Amino acid sequence: MRRALPILTVLAGIVVIWYAAAVCMNAAWVYDQAERAGVTVSFAEVIPQTMAQERPLLPPPHQVAGELWKGIAGQAVTSKRSLVYHGYITFKGTMMGFGLGILAGVLLAMAIVRYRVVEMSVMPWAVISQTIPVVALAPMIIVVSSQMGLSGRDLPKAIIAAYLSFFPVLVSMVKGLRSPDQMQLDLLKTYGAGPLATFVKLRLPASMPYFFASLKVAIAASLVGTIVGELPTGAIEGLGARMLIGSQFGRPLDMWSALFAAAILAGMLIMAVGVVERIYDRQIGGRT
Amino acid sequence: MTRTRESVIAVVGGILLVIPFLFGPMIAAQFPGLVLLGAYVLPVVFLVANMVQLTWHDVPIIGYPRWVRILVPVYFGLAMLIVWEGVATYFEVPPVILPAPSVIGAKIATSLPILWTDFAQTVLKGAIPGFLIGAGAAFVTAIAIDRSPFLQRGLLPIGNFVAALPIVGLAPILVMWFGFDWQSKAAVVVVMVFFPILVNLVAGLQAADRMQRDLMATWGASYWQALWKLRLPAAMPFLFNGLKIASTLALIGAIVAEFFGSPVYGMGFRISTEVGRLGLDMVWAEIAVAALAGSALYGLITLIERGVTFWHPSQRQ
Repeated sequence: MRRALPILTVLAGIVVIWYAAAVCMNAAWVYDQAERAGVTVSFAEVIPQTMAQERPLLPPPHQVAGELWKGIAGQAVTSKRSLVYHGYITFKGTMMGFGLGILAGVLLAMAIVRYRVVEMSVMPWAVISQTIPVVALAPMIIVVSSQMGLSGRDLPKAIIAAYLSFFPVLVSMVKGLRSPDQMQLDLLKTYGAGPLATFVKLRLPASMPYFFASLKVAIAASLVGTIVGELPTGAIEGLGARMLIGSQFGRPLDMWSALFAAAILAGMLIMAVGVVERIYDRQIGGRT
Repeated sequence: MTRTRESVIAVVGGILLVIPFLFGPMIAAQFPGLVLLGAYVLPVVFLVANMVQLTWHDVPIIGYPRWVRILVPVYFGLAMLIVWEGVATYFEVPPVILPAPSVIGAKIATSLPILWTDFAQTVLKGAIPGFLIGAGAAFVTAIAIDRSPFLQRGLLPIGNFVAALPIVGLAPILVMWFGFDWQSKAAVVVVMVFFPILVNLVAGLQAADRMQRDLMATWGASYWQALWKLRLPAAMPFLFNGLKIASTLALIGAIVAEFFGSPVYGMGFRISTEVGRLGLDMVWAEIAVAALAGSALYGLITLIERGVTFWHPSQRQ
């Protein structure tokens, strides 16, 4: 309760501000309509009308929640109008990118910790790669992969997602694999352990807390990458595509519900990583 | 001793790398393509082979002279460019898949005015004002909720969560609100950078430890004095961490927002239209500009950080 109360208060504050903003922003349309119809409306009459517009500038929370509910529970999950269906497409892309990103990040980190030349030559470029806005690459990756005869949008999306998610894994794993101190390394040396045994028995277990911390960042980044990958591609499936279509056809409710579906998906993914971490902790005999 | 030898090897390797880059076309006129590819790749292999020697000594990276630490990644980048050039020209990769660096370079050289207009629209008008407004707003908010631990406990988890959300999705909505010009791009950037900076700064303001705060209290420092002289400086490493994350987000936000509508210039607009026309050399030119802009922004923040947090262990030699 001590933890929940402040969070709930802030959330309530956000909802209040949201309603107030919805009234202010949508009122203009109501006044405009009334003027065209030649009637005057009082402020008390305006408020209910701002709450249920077809194309609100800012839909009030209950309208978004209603649309979200309709999208998630209102239809069969296989329907093209179901947010669960689009969420699954995005989820698939996210997980593929996440897997690729982890693989790239961990392998690079291993090479960097083992070979100084790799660290010296690759690390600066890894940093620079993240300052390149990936969205600049996204449309091109998609065109190139279709030119090369790779049909389907899964792979380009996964590449973009991996591009964003490998970096946090790389940085944390380098730190984690280096976290054993000299005493521990010396102890392994006195046992006569080679580089491989040192890696498997000391460096890898020591890096796990860093690894899981980075996974939470990486999976969020991977989701962002997937959604960005769906935006400029003319994709018709996935949450990013829903946003794009909503924007092109002037259906703000679609955009908002897709946005919140993405937020829910992000929350679930981060929680899932947390659960896996806890299971792992228990397996190795648990710190709390 | 070994350090000097390795440094010499590194420099020689680099020179060997550049030679075929300069004389590549000449050699290509004389010899069949395979020789050309060999001429490109061999120095790269040589470089990697002799650099591997660097690994077998227990000198930490920081122990190498600064210029070696700069040259090695530069060579690596050059090697990549050379391999790219070699592969693109030797295998005659169609330019709609992968234009050679020389083609991209030529495109950059001939379309500087367009690139500058796009850069000015997206970076100077969209990303940077948005970044400054967002950072300013986050700073003010962090100070404002600093006195209320209740609000902080509520805002931190929410802020952390929102910072992980795909805020990019707000772009179409904000473009709808603020129109097609740079205002909507700046607005997207403001929203994107706000939460990472806020979360980092709020965490940073709690970084000064109990002892230090007590010391301020024994000196009779007021809240504002303690904030200004102890807690804000202590929060600076956290703030700059947030600013660095935000600097890359700012460019992403500005470019994505242009996918949803823009005037007929801007980096995002140019990229999406040129991709449609399969003008991939222009796309790469824009990517090069974006990479330069992103790196420059990041580098600038790092420089300022070095000046402001010179006392922090990570900045000291």
